[in-house]
Formats: sequence, C-alpha cells, structure tokens
Amino acid sequence: MNYDPQSLLGQATPRVDGVAKVTGAARYAADEVVANPAYAYLVTSAIARGRIAGFRLEQAMAVPGVLDILTHENVGDALKQSPPGPDGKPSTTTLESERIWHDGQIIAVVVADTFEAAREAAHKVEVDYAEERPAGTFGDEGTQTEPAEAPFGPNPEVGDAAGAFAAAPVKVEARYATPTQHHNPLELFSTTCAWEGSKLTVYEPTQFMHGTKARMASQLGLDIQDVRAVSRYVGGAFGSKGVNGRAAWVAIAARRVGRPVKLVATRADGFTTNSYRAETLQHVRLSAERDGRLTSFFHEGWELSSRPSPYCVAGTEQTARMYACPNILTRVNVVHADRNTPGYMRAPAETPYMFALESAMDELSYALGMDPIELRRVNDTQIDPVSGRPFSSRSLMPCFDAAAVRFGWQRRDPQPGSMRDGEWLVGYGCATACYPVFTGPAGARLTLMPDGRAQVAMAGHELGTGAYTAVAITAARLLGIDVDDVTVSMGDSDLPPVIVAGGSSNAASTALATAKVCEEARRRLAAAAVTAADGPLRGLDPDALVLVEGRLRHDGGAEEPIRDALVRVGGRLEVYAEHVPDGLPRGAVAALGDGQLLFQHNGNRSDVTAFAFGAQLVEVRVHRRTREIRVPRVVSAFAAGTIINPMAARSQFMGGAIWGLASALHEATELDHGAARYVNKNLADYMIPVNADVPSVDIIILPEKDERVNALGIKGIGEVGIVGMNAAVANAVFHATGKRLRELPIRAERLL
Amino acid sequence: MRPFTYERADGLAELARRALQTGQGQVDAEVQFLAGGTSLIDLMKLDVLRPRSLVDITPLAAEHGTVELRPDGLRIGALASMASVAVHPGVVEQYPAIAESLRLAASAQLRNMATIGGNLLQRTRCPYFRDPSWTACNKRLPGSGCAALDGINRNHAVLGVDTSCIAQYPGDLGVVLAALDAQVELAGPRGARRVPFSTLHRPPGGQPHVETTLLPGELITEVAVPAGAWTRRSLYLKIRDRASYEFAIASAAVALDLDGETVRSVRLGIGGMAYRPWRAAEAEAALTGKPLTEANAEAAAEIALRDAVTNGHNAYKPELGRRTLVRALLQARAM
Repeated sequence: MNYDPQSLLGQATPRVDGVAKVTGAARYAADEVVANPAYAYLVTSAIARGRIAGFRLEQAMAVPGVLDILTHENVGDALKQSPPGPDGKPSTTTLESERIWHDGQIIAVVVADTFEAAREAAHKVEVDYAEERPAGTFGDEGTQTEPAEAPFGPNPEVGDAAGAFAAAPVKVEARYATPTQHHNPLELFSTTCAWEGSKLTVYEPTQFMHGTKARMASQLGLDIQDVRAVSRYVGGAFGSKGVNGRAAWVAIAARRVGRPVKLVATRADGFTTNSYRAETLQHVRLSAERDGRLTSFFHEGWELSSRPSPYCVAGTEQTARMYACPNILTRVNVVHADRNTPGYMRAPAETPYMFALESAMDELSYALGMDPIELRRVNDTQIDPVSGRPFSSRSLMPCFDAAAVRFGWQRRDPQPGSMRDGEWLVGYGCATACYPVFTGPAGARLTLMPDGRAQVAMAGHELGTGAYTAVAITAARLLGIDVDDVTVSMGDSDLPPVIVAGGSSNAASTALATAKVCEEARRRLAAAAVTAADGPLRGLDPDALVLVEGRLRHDGGAEEPIRDALVRVGGRLEVYAEHVPDGLPRGAVAALGDGQLLFQHNGNRSDVTAFAFGAQLVEVRVHRRTREIRVPRVVSAFAAGTIINPMAARSQFMGGAIWGLASALHEATELDHGAARYVNKNLADYMIPVNADVPSVDIIILPEKDERVNALGIKGIGEVGIVGMNAAVANAVFHATGKRLRELPIRAERLL
Repeated sequence: MRPFTYERADGLAELARRALQTGQGQVDAEVQFLAGGTSLIDLMKLDVLRPRSLVDITPLAAEHGTVELRPDGLRIGALASMASVAVHPGVVEQYPAIAESLRLAASAQLRNMATIGGNLLQRTRCPYFRDPSWTACNKRLPGSGCAALDGINRNHAVLGVDTSCIAQYPGDLGVVLAALDAQVELAGPRGARRVPFSTLHRPPGGQPHVETTLLPGELITEVAVPAGAWTRRSLYLKIRDRASYEFAIASAAVALDLDGETVRSVRLGIGGMAYRPWRAAEAEAALTGKPLTEANAEAAAEIALRDAVTNGHNAYKPELGRRTLVRALLQARAM
C-alpha cells in the first residue's frame, strides 16, 4: 500500500452513532432483547482465603420465582476449562471448587424469573466458611514474591548502571507507590446467553469479539462454530471487558433452566469479579552529569497479583526507553497475595511506572537546579537507548514547547512554595506522556452498492471511542465518497475477525484493514474500467486511477461516476481483505478467529521503536491552611501520528488527562488489611473527579507525519492521554508546597 | 432488597393513631417513614435496612414543607426539599450558613429529592455498616464489634466516639443546626413535642444501633432556628477531597457576633469528624469576650479538638479540624 498519511488527517467529524446513543436507540449488550429471559444474580465470597464448608439454600430457594442456584456442589463438570488470566496464564477460579482465592469471588449464581427475586434470594443464601488468615497486599505476612520477566521482551539492561550511579556527580534515589484502581466503566459487566439447540449466542460487552467466542467454546466444550458473540456497543471498557469468570456460568445456567439468562453484575461485583490495576511499589535511581545528561537509570517494580497468576505489566519496558542514557538496569517482581487477578487498565504499564520515572526526573531537576522541561530536552533522543533502533518518530519536545507556551510556563518561579494567590499556594508541574504502538491483524468486508454507497463489515469494537466513525471516515476518504454514504457494521463474531480493541491499537488495525479492502475495490473497478470495450477510461493505466469525489478518475483528467464503474462489475461489488502487520504470520486473521492474540509491537519489530508522546502541564493550588488540593488548569499536548478524527481524538486525550488527574488525587480502592477485602466498592466512595474538579483542560494535538510506524502513520491515542499526569500533579504539589509525595493518591492529610 | 408494603400517609393524626413501630434507627425496624428516599432506598437495596412496610410521608409536604422567616427565628418544614431551602432568599440572607451547608451537600439531583427531616437523619457512610457481608458492626448487629476500629477509617469520627462505634455523622446541615441552637418539632403517638436538636442524635454509649431519641412512631415535622445577632455573620466551611458531590473530611459552622474586634457571641459546629452533629461549646466560651485574633482562634480550636480520639487512618483529623475551625473563624470575621 502506498497512501499519503496526511490524506487521513481528518476533519472533525461527529459520531455516526451519536444520535443512536443519546436517544437510547443504540443497543448495548444487556439491552439486547431475548425471548422469555430469566435473570441471574451473583453471590460472592465474604472472606478472602479459605474454603466453603457448606451452603444453606433453603430460604433462598423459597423466594417465589427462584429457578435455580448454581454452586460448586451442583454444577458437576459443566465447565470444561477454567478461564485464564488476562495474560492467558492460570488464574483464580469461581464455582469449580470450594476454594476461595479472594474476597468477592463468585461462589453461587442465583437464577429467577425476575431480577428482584434473584437479588432477594442471593441475599438469603447462607454460606459457612472455613476461613484462613489472608494476606492482602505488600507487607502482609504470607505474601510470596518472585522475580518476573517483562511481557514483551527481556527486562531492559544496558551498560553498568550501578557503576555509573556510584561515580555520578548528581543523583537521586527514591521509592514510589501507586494504589489499587478499578476501571469502573459506566456500563456494568453483563452477560446474556441464549441457546438454540447446541448453538449458543452470548451478548456481552467485550473488547475482543472472537476472543469471547473462542473462550466460551473452550470453557463449555463446544465447537467454536456453534458460538456467536454479539457486542454492538460497549459502554466503556478500559481493559476490563474481556476474559472473565462469570460468562460461562450464565451459559450453563441458561442450559439448566431451559431459557435465556441475563446477568447484569452489580457495581460492587465489578470490583472483585473482574480485573483491576494492581498496586505497585517502585525503586528508582537516576544519576546525571552537572549539565543534566543522564548517566544511569535503575528501575525496579513490585506488582501485586493473585496466588496463581504471574500477570505483571512491567512498565520498565517503557521507562527504560524514555531518555538517552548509557547505563540502564531494570527489574520487576510479582507479589502473590489472596486477591483476584489484576489485568489491563488504560495504559496498564505506563500509568504506574511513568509516575515513578517522571517524579524522579522532577526530583533530579531540583538536584541539578535545572528547569524540568529543559532536563527532558537535554536527554531527548531519536534513538531507543535499549535497542539502538530509531524511534519511528518522536515529537516529545515539540509537545513540551507547544504546551509550555499555551500554559505560560515561563511565569514559573522555580523556588518551591514561592508562588501564591491569596490563601492558595500555587505550583506548576510537568511530565512526559508516552504509549507504545501496537498494531494487530484485521479482516474487512466491503460492499459497494449500485448507488455508490458503501458498507464495511468487520468484527470491530465500539467501546465509546468512536470506532464506527473512524472506519467510516477512512473508507469514505479512500473510496472518494461522503462519510454519510458509508455504513459500518461491527460487534458480531459472524463478521471478519479484528484484533482486540486494546493497546490503543484499534484505530490503526481497523483503518489499515479498511484501507486494504478499499484499495482492493479500487483495483477491481480500475481493472474493469480500463479493459472495458468502451468508456472514458478504456486503455488507461489502472494504477493511475483513483476514487475521488464519487468518481473513478485518471490523473490525466478522464473520469466516470463510481456508479458507472460499478455496472462493469455487475452493479454491486463485494470484496474482502485482510491486513497483517509486518512480522506476523500470514494466517494471523484466521488465528484471531480462533481467539489468538497477535500484535506487532516494539518487542517483535526490528525496524523501529514506536511510541506516541505527549507533555502534561498542570497548575495545582493547595490551601495554605487546610491543604485541600485543586487543579484549576491542565494543558496537554500530544503527537500521535495520523489523527483520523480530531473531534474524537480531543475527547480521548481529554478523558485521559482527567483520568490521569484522578489517578493522582482521587482514585484508590481501599483494602481492609486484616480481612484482605475492599471496602469502597461503589462510585460514591471510590472517588473520581466531578466536573468542578476539572474546570479547564486544554488539549493540543500536534501534527506528526510518521512514515515508518505503519502505512497510514497511525500510532493510537486511547491511552497516552492518561500517562504522566499523576507525576505532573505530584510535581506541581512539590512546587507549591516543597513537599515531595511519592505515594498516590495525594490527599490533604499528607500535606498537613 | 426484600419485599415490603407501601402506603401513603393521610395525615399526622392518622399516623399518630397507628403508633407505627419505626424504631430509633435500628436496621431491623419493621416500619420506616419514606420521604426523599435517597438514603433509605439505597440501604434497602444493599440489604442493610429490611423494613416490611414503608409509609410515604411526602403527602404531608403541603402542610410541612414550607420555609417561614419570623422575627423570632426560622421555621423549616421537615418535608421541604434541601434544594428549596438552599435558595430561599430569607435563608440566604439571614442564615447564610444554613444555605451554604445545603448548597455544598450531595448533588443537585439529590438535593431536589431529599428532605430536611430526612437529611438530619441521614445514615452514616461507614462502609462496614453499609455492607452486610461484614460481620462486625455494632450499629447493624448489636454486640458484634466494630470492624472500623482496625479497618479503613480515614473518614471515621474522632469526636463523640467510643469503642463500640466510630461511625461519622455525614451530614452538613446538622452541623450548622447544632451550632445555631436549633430545635426540632416532633409529632407522634404521644402528641407533639419540641426538643433541642442537640438531643435528637444519641451518643454511641455502647449501643450505637439506637441512633436517635425519637419515640416509636414519631417523626420530625419542623426545624426551628432561633434568631440572633450572630446568624447573618455565619458560614459553613467544608473541606473535602474533591470540589463537589463529596462528604466532608472536615467542616466547620461558625456564627459570629462581633463588637468591633471583640467576640460578643460565637457559635461553633464541627463536622466531618464527629459521631453526631457536634457543637464546640467550650471553644465558644474561650473566645467570648476576646478579640478574634488568629492566636485566639487557634487556642479555641485547640480546645475544640482536645478530646479527639483517633484510630489510625483518621489520625490527621484533629489537626485538620483545628485548621478548618481557624480558617472558618477568620473568614467569618472578614464577612
């Protein structure tokens, strides 16, 4: 393919599905209508470690309308395979046995004629436990620590970090901590299962249509062809909507009661029956010459996981690549405790690990007496210091410069505690944002209708990110028709497989497949036009024909309407194409169809290292007496290659920046240490910012042309926006107060 | 949630005759009065409250839902919505602390639904109370213990607590009413009576499941706030983790009557850290007759928090409480 990436640099385009969403016409998984559904409600464990000694179900079964209660005592071998963790490796179980791995584990499923009856009965299920003393998190007796390898390659190591640190004239060393956090998408976790003979349809919000299909087949022992997954709209996912412990039980329940079963888990269930961002501890050493050039970087992380799961995110893979540095050493450890298995949550690796690096960089800037933006400039590089490969493009300093001008960074007095506004201490802080580029395989089917309108179909995922619109824009551009003349179908495993909507890969993966299928359509129309017995394009070079303005046009000026061109191929043209990123096997799309995950990423590409970058600048205010912390202003600049839809992109970046702010000041899932149980499993006590907390978020999108990252120059924008903001806020708090806080979230009591 | 019957109240006389067993805050009370429902229904869904019968008293709003400004004080019908009282011109002008405490509470949607009487009886946000899967909660299961003592207690009370319960009173208005010597008008099977608001909520006293001094079948019909030279120079300062829609981690109600720089009379309430609506009477006495300087404010704050008892995560509260009180006093001085 040879496209000009700039051709996609889009106009702001309203969502093609916007009206459906705001009017309620869009059907989310739990909105799908099935005939005569029964309703399920989960019973979850009230202890974190031990066994179920027995159930007392009499009261619950006596609730009018109750049809069935599934427990480990009565499900037999209905489950053929336990769901794995998010990394595909072993994880905790649910109804497979009497074993309790963690607080809030699914231990029974109540099914009833109505949701209300199911809930009442679930409240009446009595459980006898044989409880054992749990270990909930770092420092608790009974946790087990083991060294781990980073997921996408060996732990980065270059030169002699210890020796360089010892010899350096300027150095900082510090330990950082980040808390447990939960995704809390507005749409609750739900599963609806309907059987038709041996065929199962599962309606479930998912980030990977074919993963859900394959997972249900393997867990239930079904032929994969007998499972269909449907998920037309997802009300936010952020990494949480994939493999889970509930779905198979809903299917089993539906088979047992002989009718479709619908489960919408509660908000509290969402905290313990799905994944989360695990807490981390981190140790950083940074050293530099007096001019600011880094001489060594050491970064070690400890991440919490469940007993059986080795899942870790190892953000050291990213922090090691951020700045020019000749000596690098990284390590990562998994700490096993009596908790459920964590998983991907928006910028899983970067959010916690960049907090440590970018805080340490700020600390180093004070040790050097250097402006923190200038410190990053001194250490900026176009070469990945770990692999020695070039960055595909890196506009980090242009981001800082654009944001600094808009922010008024030059007004910053570097002295901590020096800036005031009345009763409020004022601080400015900054940090680098980054996110690596992932691109996956995807198939796409395109139908050009006789009237010139187009239909694109692929098992893509609309998570609220604007996926339908992005594909429509891409197809419209490449077919030379209006966005309104493109219809996009997604969210159904009967459509061609698409890589998981994760790793910010959705836009690139779907746009590349869309481009490929559009090119195939152009090629067929061109071939027919130039070989036709008559017509304006007869005999011309087919490669010199383009689709533009509803026409097939030769660069010499000859053209015909696309409708006429379509007549030559039978009036209607249907084409299928697949895009497989370089380095992945030819059959990658078929493998996706079997539920396999295949990505092109920095760990398996040999040409370049690819990241999106950004700069986060914030103003923080701390009341001089009562110490509450407010953030009146955020200015963030990002460069992420081709931007398909600037309107959606701005929202993505803004949402990310706000979430980053939340990760600095608000979000934390609180664990009762003695019980190893969460206590704030609701959206009142699990704090997220409200509108009053984010009065001004100014987003700058820098143009960036990247001809190496992929054929369309798309890097992905879903996650970079959150990264670094937690450090920027912490750095601004230090600037305002002179107090360095290395543990999140930052709350007033830490500043008293 | 468990099945329950629902009926609408006809009038106070009818309610009094029926002598409903509404209890004194016990979670197993068989009958509950339903007003805005913002706390009650929530706790029923969580299976904490399990009434067999709800009696909807909102039909009484026409008679008991108005705000009246009189020369001798303010009368607020118990069924007035929080939103309507917050914007009442007389309240805003004459009792700004009341308006502010309401404006800063909850969200606009909740303030539209919630009533003044219900707000005063709002249940604690203690997570161990709100989740029946925790087995140690003296407020929910008398004699079972208190999981919060050694648990997550960052926003638990430090004033008015004992080892049976450290749950925090979450409300804002109640803090102002405690400071302003408010009284509540009650109606019930034994007739109407008027009691000081400060006696409505009971101290834990080893029996935290008994929350109020209301008699079975009794309900609040009106709140009366006496007039005074201090009400116009009054404010409510709320410190919280986010800028809106959040409970206080510390708050202060201040009403001040100054003679030049000298305190003629002062009323102080403390929130976000007390078991029940809390008045700092000794601190008031320490300030009275003295110039309202920063040093005198700090000395009074010291007195107000000297009996605080902390339990770990809430160890910051006494210091934050002192600072909040000082800031509120100095802000009131500048009004």
